[in-house]
Amino acid sequence: MTILLTYLLSFTHETTVEEALILAVPLCIFYAFVCQSAQYSCRALPPERVGLDKLGLIHAGAAAMAGALWVFSAMVLAWILSSSINALRGLSDRLHAGPELPIIFVTGFLVYLLSTLGYYVQIALEASRDAEARLMRMSILAREAELKALKAQVNPHFLFNSLNSISALTSSDPAKAREMCILLGDFLRRTLGLGEKSTIPLDEEMSLIHAFLAVEKTRYGARLQMEETIAKDALAVDVPPLLLQPLVENAISHGIANLVDGGWIRLNVGCDNGNVSIVLENLFDPEAPARRRNGVGLANVRQRLQARYGNRASFLAKAEGDRFRVSIVVPSGEATSKEATAS
Amino acid sequence: MSPDPNGRIRVAIVDDEDLARQVLREYLSSHPEIEIVAECANGFEAVKAVAELKPDLVFLDIQMPKLDGFEVLELIGNDTAVVFITAHDNFAIRAFEVHATDYLLKPVSAARFEAALQRAKERLEGKSPAAAVAPAELAAAARPASQHVDRIPVRDGARVSIIPVAKLDYVEAQDDYVALVSEGKKHLKQQTIASLEAALDPSRFMRVHRSYIVNLERVAKIEPYSKDSHVAVLTTGAQLPVSRAGYARLREFLDR
Repeated sequence: MTILLTYLLSFTHETTVEEALILAVPLCIFYAFVCQSAQYSCRALPPERVGLDKLGLIHAGAAAMAGALWVFSAMVLAWILSSSINALRGLSDRLHAGPELPIIFVTGFLVYLLSTLGYYVQIALEASRDAEARLMRMSILAREAELKALKAQVNPHFLFNSLNSISALTSSDPAKAREMCILLGDFLRRTLGLGEKSTIPLDEEMSLIHAFLAVEKTRYGARLQMEETIAKDALAVDVPPLLLQPLVENAISHGIANLVDGGWIRLNVGCDNGNVSIVLENLFDPEAPARRRNGVGLANVRQRLQARYGNRASFLAKAEGDRFRVSIVVPSGEATSKEATAS
Repeated sequence: MSPDPNGRIRVAIVDDEDLARQVLREYLSSHPEIEIVAECANGFEAVKAVAELKPDLVFLDIQMPKLDGFEVLELIGNDTAVVFITAHDNFAIRAFEVHATDYLLKPVSAARFEAALQRAKERLEGKSPAAAVAPAELAAAARPASQHVDRIPVRDGARVSIIPVAKLDYVEAQDDYVALVSEGKKHLKQQTIASLEAALDPSRFMRVHRSYIVNLERVAKIEPYSKDSHVAVLTTGAQLPVSRAGYARLREFLDR
């Protein structure tokens, strides 16, 4: 830029190359700072919120002011130089006489506009980098929630209690003990296979729940009653694996387990308008002693739905009197995690 | 805690799962000196059975309906040896390694069960000292520091009542007991006022005097009583003495 200005100023022959250089170097250093102010106006005026015409007008005005400031500083500099250094005497007058000042103004105007443009490009680049990082973070979070769900899956409490039941049955009812071993094995095998899948048909999730309930039924006996009403079309819909099983487990450990005489769990699945709506309701004792791990299962399901479907899915958990209800709506179409990451 | 003259040990089994009780029953059946006097499926039954039948030893599950194992322990006093049984509870293990007679993990092995029974027998024969601390103090020690109770179980004979802390007006220390005043009734509980204070949420309850904790929502006004002391008048009309330090704390709270 210094070279350009030196060339432009000496081109007019009013000033020599040396004189032009002496003027141009400090002026350009000064102007470099002036142009940086464009950064602030760029950040304050994002093009997507301010109209393009208005934006052009504002920046042209700013550029004209910057150019005028530059002309003024050139005049001041020339005056100082010509009055203090003998060899440069008359520089100020020659500057005023020739076309140098308009040249300085036009150059300043254009350079300021260019730097404005440069800053917009820089801001856009930063924003896209940010968006990329955010997307990455989101998908990591989603993945983490999925992994957590899978890890939390085989709840140690469930496993140890089941083993204890088996150990009780070995002497009193060996056949039943064997049956429970098989049921537990069946459930564990089903959960192990889920790690690689991003969605499974609801049908498969239901089989998992049935395997789980079969084991819990041995422990709780008549205290545990499950009622299901599931629309036929819903069974083929793809859902994230372990969407419902943690909710059923929650209903047992925070609901049924605290009731002396047990109680029911009701699952209702309906299908309409491209959505699957799931309602899981259970009885619970509002005065039961608090248990740890409370709500971890619920929070995890909520996070996974949020990460995968955003606001196309809804999750609502609510206690009403002695009933606890979880209502979920998920899109039944080809709603995959790919779609979520692309948007 | 003297053993029965015939060397018999009276045992209660408390677990909400029938199969879990069955294992213990089976393990105990090989010991002719053991008599199972009660089997309970929830906390209320357990407290009632212990109060009425006074067993020497209780096998106690932790997660149960009505009252959990910790709350049961709080209420049954320390004349009874307690062996905890839990599926997976690091927290209970940590707390009761020191205090409870023993703890067992499910699934319970026969060898481990025998060891626990042996330990309980030694304790009953007075070879190893009983915990010197009141059970309520143990339960308080077992609670994580950040967690405050939202209900307090109390026992009157075999009857258990549960006082939600929102309905607790104030607490008064009486020797080894605390009197909990709620809805016009006074409930006595064997616990120190300091450990109760630690269990209650400090943003809702304040120790205003050596012997008094007050529910801050119930404080209607504070009046001077003598040169250095005040009384707090509650919305229920009760008047509680407020010490100088208690007054400073109350003022600080009311000014905030």
